[in-house]
Amino acid sequence: MSHFLDRLTFFKRPGESFSDGHGITTSEDRRWEDGYRKRWQHDKIVRSTHGANCTGSCSWKIYVKGGIVTWETQQTDYPRTRPDLPNHEPRGCSRGASYSWYLYSGNRVKYPLVRSRLLKLWREARVMRTPVAAWASIVEDPKRRSAYTSKRGHGGFVRAAWDEVTEIIAAANAYTVKKHGPDRVIGFSPIPAMSMVSYAAGSRYLSLLGGVCMSFYDWYCDLPPSSPQTWGEQTDVPESADWYNSGFLILWGSNVPQTRTPDAHFYTEARYRGAKSVVICPDYSEASKFADLWISVKQGTDAALAMAMGHVILREFYIDRQAQYFEDYVRQYTDMPMLVRLEQKDGKLIPGRLLRASDLTGSLGEANNPEWKTVAFDETSESLVVPRGSVGFRWGEKGKWNLEERESGGRETSLRLSLAASHDEMTQVAFPYFGNIDHEHFTSDSHPSVLERSVPVKKLKLADGEAMVATVFDLFVANYGLDRGFGGKHIAKSYDEQVPYTPAWAEKITGVPRDQIITVAREFALNAEKTKGRSMVIIGAAMNHWYHSDMNYRGVINMLVMCGCVGQSGGGWAHYVGQEKLRPQSGWLPLAFGLDWSRPPRQMNSTSFFYAHTDQWRYETVGIDEILSPTAPAGPWDGALIDYNVRAERMGWLPSAPQLKQNPLSIAKKIEAAGVEAKDYIAKALKSGELQLACEDPDHSDNWPRNMFVWRSNLLGSSGKGHEYFLKHLLGTSHGVQGKDLGETGKKKPKDVVWHDEAPIGKLDLLVTLDFRMSTTCVYSDIVLPTATWYEKNDLNTSDMHPFIHPLTAAVDPIWESKSDWEIYKSIAKAFSRVAPEILGVEKDVVLTPILHDTPAEIAQALDVKDWKKGEVEPIPGKTMPSVTMVERDYPNLYKRFTSLGPLMSKLGNGGKGMAWNTEHEVEFLKRLNGVVTEEGPTKGLARIESDIDATEVILTLAPETNGEVAVKAWDSLSKITGLDHTHLAIPKEDEKIRFHDVVAQPRKIISSPIWSGLESEKVCYNACYTNVHEMIPWRTLSGRQQLYQDHLWMRAFGEALCVYRPPVDLKAVKPVIDLKPNGEKQIVLNFITPHQKWGIHSTYTDNLLMLTLSRGGPIVWISERDAAKARIIDNDWIEAYNANGALAARAVVSQRVKEGMCLMYHAQEKIVNVPGSEITGQRGGIHNSVTRAIVKPTHMIGGYAQQSYGFNYYGTIGTNRDEFVIIRKMVNVDWLDKPTSDQPEPLNAAGKMEAAE
Amino acid sequence: MREVVNYLLFGWYPYVCITVLILGSILRFDREQYTWRSQSSQFLRRRQMMWGSNLFHVGILTLLVGHFIGLLTPIGVFSTLGVTADFKQVSALVVGGIAGVMAFIGCTLLLHRRLIDSRIRKTSSWADLGVLTLLWLQIALGLMTTIWTIDHLDGKEMLKFMGWAQGLYSFNPRAADLLLDAYFIYKLHIVLGLTLFLITPFTRLVHIWSAPVWYLGRRGYQIVRTSQSQGGGSRSQSTRYADVVPAKRPEVTASTLTERAR
Repeated sequence: MSHFLDRLTFFKRPGESFSDGHGITTSEDRRWEDGYRKRWQHDKIVRSTHGANCTGSCSWKIYVKGGIVTWETQQTDYPRTRPDLPNHEPRGCSRGASYSWYLYSGNRVKYPLVRSRLLKLWREARVMRTPVAAWASIVEDPKRRSAYTSKRGHGGFVRAAWDEVTEIIAAANAYTVKKHGPDRVIGFSPIPAMSMVSYAAGSRYLSLLGGVCMSFYDWYCDLPPSSPQTWGEQTDVPESADWYNSGFLILWGSNVPQTRTPDAHFYTEARYRGAKSVVICPDYSEASKFADLWISVKQGTDAALAMAMGHVILREFYIDRQAQYFEDYVRQYTDMPMLVRLEQKDGKLIPGRLLRASDLTGSLGEANNPEWKTVAFDETSESLVVPRGSVGFRWGEKGKWNLEERESGGRETSLRLSLAASHDEMTQVAFPYFGNIDHEHFTSDSHPSVLERSVPVKKLKLADGEAMVATVFDLFVANYGLDRGFGGKHIAKSYDEQVPYTPAWAEKITGVPRDQIITVAREFALNAEKTKGRSMVIIGAAMNHWYHSDMNYRGVINMLVMCGCVGQSGGGWAHYVGQEKLRPQSGWLPLAFGLDWSRPPRQMNSTSFFYAHTDQWRYETVGIDEILSPTAPAGPWDGALIDYNVRAERMGWLPSAPQLKQNPLSIAKKIEAAGVEAKDYIAKALKSGELQLACEDPDHSDNWPRNMFVWRSNLLGSSGKGHEYFLKHLLGTSHGVQGKDLGETGKKKPKDVVWHDEAPIGKLDLLVTLDFRMSTTCVYSDIVLPTATWYEKNDLNTSDMHPFIHPLTAAVDPIWESKSDWEIYKSIAKAFSRVAPEILGVEKDVVLTPILHDTPAEIAQALDVKDWKKGEVEPIPGKTMPSVTMVERDYPNLYKRFTSLGPLMSKLGNGGKGMAWNTEHEVEFLKRLNGVVTEEGPTKGLARIESDIDATEVILTLAPETNGEVAVKAWDSLSKITGLDHTHLAIPKEDEKIRFHDVVAQPRKIISSPIWSGLESEKVCYNACYTNVHEMIPWRTLSGRQQLYQDHLWMRAFGEALCVYRPPVDLKAVKPVIDLKPNGEKQIVLNFITPHQKWGIHSTYTDNLLMLTLSRGGPIVWISERDAAKARIIDNDWIEAYNANGALAARAVVSQRVKEGMCLMYHAQEKIVNVPGSEITGQRGGIHNSVTRAIVKPTHMIGGYAQQSYGFNYYGTIGTNRDEFVIIRKMVNVDWLDKPTSDQPEPLNAAGKMEAAE
Repeated sequence: MREVVNYLLFGWYPYVCITVLILGSILRFDREQYTWRSQSSQFLRRRQMMWGSNLFHVGILTLLVGHFIGLLTPIGVFSTLGVTADFKQVSALVVGGIAGVMAFIGCTLLLHRRLIDSRIRKTSSWADLGVLTLLWLQIALGLMTTIWTIDHLDGKEMLKFMGWAQGLYSFNPRAADLLLDAYFIYKLHIVLGLTLFLITPFTRLVHIWSAPVWYLGRRGYQIVRTSQSQGGGSRSQSTRYADVVPAKRPEVTASTLTERAR
């Protein structure tokens, strides 16, 4: 009753004692305990997850108390695994556990915000004008336009009402569509798997409009192009549970406990089970402590290490002794037995393209696609055969596209790997060598640029005369520099010889002792031999972000393939770099890209786009001659990097955005007037010069991107490689670019691109960002829309680290004035449909699409590269240039289309990755589930997609991974192509249908589908390429096998037909600026490395107070003790890192962890928290991307060539950034730039309510 | 006028302060359990804590005990024990002086720490600063009285204060008169001391009632708090369990085991 009175217990006997008086019982008041009980009491728990670009995809309990989200904890109700396999939970990490901070933080965007100068102009214009006319009056007047564009990033946001902002956006979009074309409306959002409906909301709006969706996986440099090159697959990897099945785990440039925290327990458990582990990374990372051996390799030289390991494996398992399992594996599952033509170049023989059936007289009896069928020797019949499975069998015929060891006619074969025993001649073949290129910071040696080695060859009589051929295997082994007793130079018998690629040679380049290389290679392979492929390499961004990352990756892929690990449980290539897996992809695609209304959508590869449109190409420092192979086949090989991109776009290899210089709507009108086929018209007009491709003149104002949406992304901050160039050219505001462009320095300019002496400043008319936090991108936007957090919306989330599908569900309604992305885009669509009729009706739109992978068109350019612009070939859409399609856009009904499932799903069906199936049944089901549109109009009677949950049901119903019936249909469609029955993989689950409320109740495991190459079953964990090996489904490559020899002309020209070591490229960003602005402090030059961090929400947010508190509260750069001493820097000093691209200010973390010669700046540190001004630029700090610049690689532009054909986020140029060097020095003046600027705008008092933004 | 003020300060004010101290403390203890704490800042910074806190606590506790014994014990008890007034005065001066100096040094250290250490300054409330300042002043005044006491070692002054204090608890309405002519430092010291009583229930000074000392006399090492006193000391809980029928253990066979295997 009373705490005080209850204490007055003078006459009460004290409690009893027990355990011989060691313990006593007391009966004191215990109500204080309720305080602790109440602390953890809550009103409800809601299941959600974290939709950062994190592959964790962990199921979380979100606690709500009094209508407030209070905290989150890990869910523990994952479905079981199977005996002898640990369960998936616990999943989650400290970063996810800190997320609820954002909801009520000061950094939350609470209201729609508009740049006040823009809003003022708008309100003034809107008094007398209709919306589109009002927008025109602003952007067509250069003074008015620059009044707000030049102030981007300088603050000045005010609140506005939803109706007003959506009208501004709609008017801007409508104006742009009409004036410049819909392909000038650009949208950037990454990683749909993290919140599929949110992504789909924006992409559906843009696709219905005719706008462009930008790729992200390649731009983020998470896409390893070596994967599509080798496997024809974007990236497919084992789930983390499969690590447990491995016997030997190499972690190569991957920091599992730090960046894959929820999965790391499988790594620990694998170690307990007895797996051996080697960690390879330059710094002493958190993963290193798990290792039996930590190999500290010089950063950027991983390929040299991998090549030396490959050298050891070949020596010990292929040459000195033949491991039966390895030989059988490579014979059946790789291109090693295939024959390669040798060509003459400057009196030397160089490896040419793979021999095709069409090269032989009579095409070896192949009538269908003989140019796309590879050829090998059969040991059984001692004859040339056309083995099944090559891409020529995939299209135009049925039943022979499989990996059975049979030739085209059905006879069983055993392909010959080496011609050593049956050669006609032993000849010298030239291989390129790049390890002799001088680099100030990397070791080089003096071997010649062309290494000639002996290779056994056969002479064949071909249709065009006699030619020499060799097997891929023989070339492959020769390339590794192994002495097989054939004589000749540049080969080694002993590991201690200084010949590329011996361990002794690698020791010099990588700094890794040779005995470590030998031991690891030997044990890795031995384990694989004994366990049939259970050796695995977990590989990370540290290797993938280099300009020559392909070589790092292919070096490792070679090791795995040689050891028969790919496609085997517990083995293979585990690339975990932003490789988010959108499991129900084929159900999601129609929703996301409006395929139910019009096809094809406009998509663009971001690296090429930003390289061109942020004008980073104007500052290019790397010439073609620096990367061209000394053994390049004859050709001009001239021009600049961007020229190759233009050629690629022209030949239909890469997409374009904007596409044509002219407005596609007005071209469509002309085509209709002319009454010809669109593709004929475009081909003719391009040839005659009547039409031009926009990529040929990216700086011409007709070709600028005009409107841009950014959502679910921090495009300008964490993802803006070349941040300062974005600011200068795309946004037109103050920037920190230090270097001079090619015009100012008088260097050679590109050939195929128009040069303007005056670079454009501010290409964008309008930048709209949707976010829940005030990110760097928001700060630079014109309009910021408050979006729902991950605890305030309904959505879906999947990962490749586990096989479950997770929901995001609304624990509370979106707070303040925020709305979910789905609702925001719906409201923009509604406003657009209201505004558009002012100038737009039902319009025809001409869409250009590159030659796409996994379509019949992918076999477009078989033998040679021919450019129609140079008159080498006729422009034929879909064959020698992009395909052309006329698409109808119903602008006044855009909103109605947005909110209903269009008729094309029933009419054209659904599919993916080259398969197609009828989906009428599912469409009918959705009509019953979601209800049908009852309002009059073009959508009456169609299934509704009104709410975000409706949208999730569309995805789940249409996808084979979540609808067993569709899975069976999908496997069946594949069976028809391969001639083998695969439906047994899904029939047991035919009746299973996963719906949104199912995944809310508990995570659900997906159903095996042919969209992916692994299986989910009671027997195996998901492992990439499993069905290729075990179901005989070919890889989607030229040979249908794992393609270790890349025979495209450009691959050979740039020296990457086979894997070689290539040192990092010299970006020359240090020398031009190092002594320009001294501050008296000592300077050091370090390699700039940006790994994923510990104190940010994956690679996305670091402004979280909890994370900042655990770290140093602001931007940091890690440097080694030795380097710090050289520059007299002590821990926590303010330092500046700068080069020609810009500058950034941060605190120094001086640590033994870091290797000398490099610095680490964790990715995605925000520019908005605790960042002072830079002494170099005079601007606020800079961000980690301030010192980087994107650079493109020609081999990534290849298209129209089986696996090297474009796919959105599948193939294309990648935004590498690790070859960069920076100058680091201590700061003398730390200026916080906290005074108001001199040009404050006059206060806003225009009509309507206007409140200051927070 | 002087008499009135004297009467208010030393006749009435003591009752006000002591009433507030006792009633206030009980009310706060009952109503605001979570505020009943000393709010130690030791975990924010250990610096100056070892010397400051220990000197202060030893000193102030000695002083408190001395004051209580010295002022509240009837003079007859001392005479019976053979303690003369001048001996008492001298020993009070010596012991009190030493304890006073200790408390003063300790309190100065603590005050310095609280004012200068930015971390502690930022986490201090207005009351925290006030309490410490007042305590410092009070100890300083106490030490100043010793100077005057040295001139009056016969203990006669002391007897006046004892008379006054004992007059308070014997409800003698004339007790205040005894202090009419006391030296003003003494008066200040007394008024400030009473004021400290007054503010105690509203500050961290409630710590004077609660300190972790009882465990020293506890018999056991493992303490089990019974649930009996919960919800107003209901004793029926243990009997309620008697009605509970234990769940029947399901029969386990090999087939059910494999079904449930995970």
